[in-house]
Amino acid sequence: MSGTQASVVVNGLYKIFGGDPQRALSLLGKGKGKDEIFNDTGITVGVRDVSFAVDPGEVFVIMGLSGSGKSTLLRMINRLIEPSLGQVLLHGQDVSKMPQKELVRLRRREMAMVFQSFALMEHLKVWENAAFGLEVAGSPREQRRTRAMETLEQVGLKAYAETYPDQLSGGMRQRVGLARALAVEPSVMLMDEAFSALDPLIRTEMQDELIRLQKHSKRSVIFISHDLNEAMRIGDRIAIMQAGAIVQIDTPKNILHNPANDFVRSFFRGVDLTEIYLAGDIARADGAQIIDADTTDLHGLLPRLRGAEHQVGYVCAPNRRFVGMVSVPSLILAVENNAASLDAALLETPPVTADSPLSGVIQAAAQSDHPVPVVDNDGAFRGAISQGQLLQTLDQTPNHEH
Amino acid sequence: MNTEDGRIPIGSAIDSLVEFLLNHFQPLFDVITTGIGSLTNALASALLWVPGWLLTLALAALALWRVGWRFALFTLASLSLLAGMNLWPESINTLALVLAATLVSLAIGLPLGIWAARRDAVDRLVRPVLDFMQTMPAFVYLIPAAMFFGLGRVPGVIATIIFSMPPAVRLTNLGIRQVPKELVEAGQAFGCTPMQLLFKVQIPTAKKSIMAGVNQNIMLALSMVVIASMIGAGGLGKEVLRGIQRLEVGVGFEGGIGVVLLAIILDRITQSFGDTHHRSITQRLKTLFTRNTDSQWTGRP
Repeated sequence: MSGTQASVVVNGLYKIFGGDPQRALSLLGKGKGKDEIFNDTGITVGVRDVSFAVDPGEVFVIMGLSGSGKSTLLRMINRLIEPSLGQVLLHGQDVSKMPQKELVRLRRREMAMVFQSFALMEHLKVWENAAFGLEVAGSPREQRRTRAMETLEQVGLKAYAETYPDQLSGGMRQRVGLARALAVEPSVMLMDEAFSALDPLIRTEMQDELIRLQKHSKRSVIFISHDLNEAMRIGDRIAIMQAGAIVQIDTPKNILHNPANDFVRSFFRGVDLTEIYLAGDIARADGAQIIDADTTDLHGLLPRLRGAEHQVGYVCAPNRRFVGMVSVPSLILAVENNAASLDAALLETPPVTADSPLSGVIQAAAQSDHPVPVVDNDGAFRGAISQGQLLQTLDQTPNHEH
Repeated sequence: MNTEDGRIPIGSAIDSLVEFLLNHFQPLFDVITTGIGSLTNALASALLWVPGWLLTLALAALALWRVGWRFALFTLASLSLLAGMNLWPESINTLALVLAATLVSLAIGLPLGIWAARRDAVDRLVRPVLDFMQTMPAFVYLIPAAMFFGLGRVPGVIATIIFSMPPAVRLTNLGIRQVPKELVEAGQAFGCTPMQLLFKVQIPTAKKSIMAGVNQNIMLALSMVVIASMIGAGGLGKEVLRGIQRLEVGVGFEGGIGVVLLAIILDRITQSFGDTHHRSITQRLKTLFTRNTDSQWTGRP
């Protein structure tokens, strides 16, 4: 997982509400469950023995149903809620034992938070909202205005700097919330169901925005969500919480393939796989017939193609740069026309890039009788996706045992 | 002491408490009397020193800025009417009395409301006291007030303070408690100290509720003015009282109309400060000259 350079390390964190933590801990030690303890003593175990580490630049998603303790967990990281037991380390500093004064300094410099309800100050203009963290930290007006303008520009709201939040739409308001968090240049950004209150379309847009902002950034993001599609889309890793404890931490695909228990498996019911898998994930190069683009003996190619999978060949220039695809009929046509190069035989199937989601591949596959070629961003041939392969992938519904 | 007839002697207990306070705390009462007396007198003489027409224009301008041109006209007409009825000094006296009482009420009530919002224990303690202050018939305050502070403006102002303070405390408390939890968390998450949280997040967010408390405070103070005139507080209340005592309906009504007009003006202007309209003066002037459908005055005293 993560080495010494992890930006946030959470170690054996507990939160016990409404009673003596020690008593709850000893009951937990005896193997009693959360519900049992609540029924016997009235003590609520909010978060139970949670440990994880988040690397710089990582988007770490904490998923769970409501009441699973994910919001409590997030608030213990910046101590909006005091942990009952355990450690939170930020760049090696123990946040959980820090005196109030130091905590305030840390919150001003290192951590920022984005809220589900946006939590903007209605009495402040948009730019003043974006500059809120800087104002609290006492930076001079001109300086914080400049910085607020920069971050508003990053989220595309510079033109609205002088308006008030109540004049903005939900998506725009959350952009302001995002700008407010970015303005303090935090090393850790805590996002509490940040996009859950938005329309599906705007939500996707904001997820893309976050992914874009995270690119080339050293900032860690801890993101709470109850939406698995969202978690799959933005998360580098996902932690799944159940009854206050984490049941599984892994990359989205690994969780999808190897769910730790039935609870995790049930989460994936109805997940849109076409948004999770990318073309590059399922493209296969083994068995693909690669043809040198300089070949002039078209006739000699025919037997090779006839023997190839799907009876097609992939024409590549040096360095596997993808040129096009030929099939047996297109080659025969070219030979009959006495064509001198492969150019005349190329099919009109455009390749898809390895990082496009399967939803884009489906369309390409439906329009073609041949496999869809997949190329890397630099145009190199990665492999191809046949229709059969595509259907097989999508049929892997995780609630069917596999 | 009437214990022999079987009554529980609450009345006599209060009597002896008042007597005890009179005997031992007179210096304190003297300080309060001097303080409130000079505040009220300073306000009254300052307002009377300004020529009537100038004060009228100033209030009309304030009405124009905060509310709209219709209400500015109304303010102009009402104040001219007061002057025309020869009730100008009485009106100013009443205004000074109300302002002094309101200032003191707010100086005590707002911090108390904030404190009660932050500490449940304070809230539990303050709540019944406020209930008591608000429901106890206002006349009852007059007698001890007169005994402690003599006759005249000062006891009138003090009785008014006691009677009018509760809504300011209550609505400040309520407003701050109703600040959304996530806003408070946002303040803390970005590193607010408790004081910054109060002044940068809680009070601005609760402004509407707090201003409603201020407004109610002023309205209650005005309604107390007539009663306070019974112990010589003067002002418009005195006219009303004279009307009652001499059965001169006209005189009573003139004083009453004065109180109502003042109430409407103060109400609308203080209410406008609680509005969450973010319009600057220039924007207001712009709307004023581009369309005349500006905020309609709805006559609510």
